[in-house]
Amino acid sequence: MRARPLSPHLSVYRFMHTMALSILHRITGLYMALGLLLLVAWLMAAAQGEDSYELFVARWSGGLVRLLLMGWLAAFTYHFMNGIRHLFWDAGIAIERVPSRRSAWLVIAATVIALALSGYLLFCPVAGAP
Amino acid sequence: MSLRAPLARVLGYGSTQDGVHHWRAQRLTAYALVPLTVWLMIALIRVPLGDYAAVTAWIAGGWNPVLLCLAVLAMSWHSQLGVQVVIEDYVHNAAAKGTLLLLSKFGHVLLAAAGVFAILRVAFGAAT
Repeated sequence: MRARPLSPHLSVYRFMHTMALSILHRITGLYMALGLLLLVAWLMAAAQGEDSYELFVARWSGGLVRLLLMGWLAAFTYHFMNGIRHLFWDAGIAIERVPSRRSAWLVIAATVIALALSGYLLFCPVAGAP
Repeated sequence: MSLRAPLARVLGYGSTQDGVHHWRAQRLTAYALVPLTVWLMIALIRVPLGDYAAVTAWIAGGWNPVLLCLAVLAMSWHSQLGVQVVIEDYVHNAAAKGTLLLLSKFGHVLLAAAGVFAILRVAFGAAT
């Protein structure tokens, strides 16, 4: 095929926090695709009876798993908030330079709060560890 | 008069409106997932996940199996669309790209089918 026109490479641009957010949307999306795998495995375990469910819970309840779960909660919050940002852009709302940079900080703040909250839920024994 | 066939004039020169379909499906599933995932997240935090009886009772209860099925289907579809773009953008070897796209599609369909099957099995099991 004939050489197609290329857009300028990323290294041409001065770094902005919005660029990190852009790639984070894909990274969190991929991470949640793996989370979907776990969710379906969890449903399958529940469908196969009590024994297989207990086995599943035993296998998926270590400290490292809690860390992964914390990552999923934070990734969900991020992808959710940033996704809504995208949906507003689709309608042509707040897509300009200043508002899009401002909403970027809003997304970051929500993710940090979600990260703290999920850490509390998953690691603080009083919160009724799942 | 040109001897070129009309097909030769359009092949390899861009849009056949297929991109719009991908974009619209991505947005449609995104809209659906806004309420569905919020509902699912709240439920997953509230249900005691270590308790088999409580978990299956929740899966089978009321409208939960319906909403769960819709959530799994919408998530699988949305995930498939997203993973597809990532593969298309970053995998440049044609054979590897085709293989990965196929595996991703089959994998997502498998997830959707398994998820719905598991939910219905729990729900119908509880009804008898």
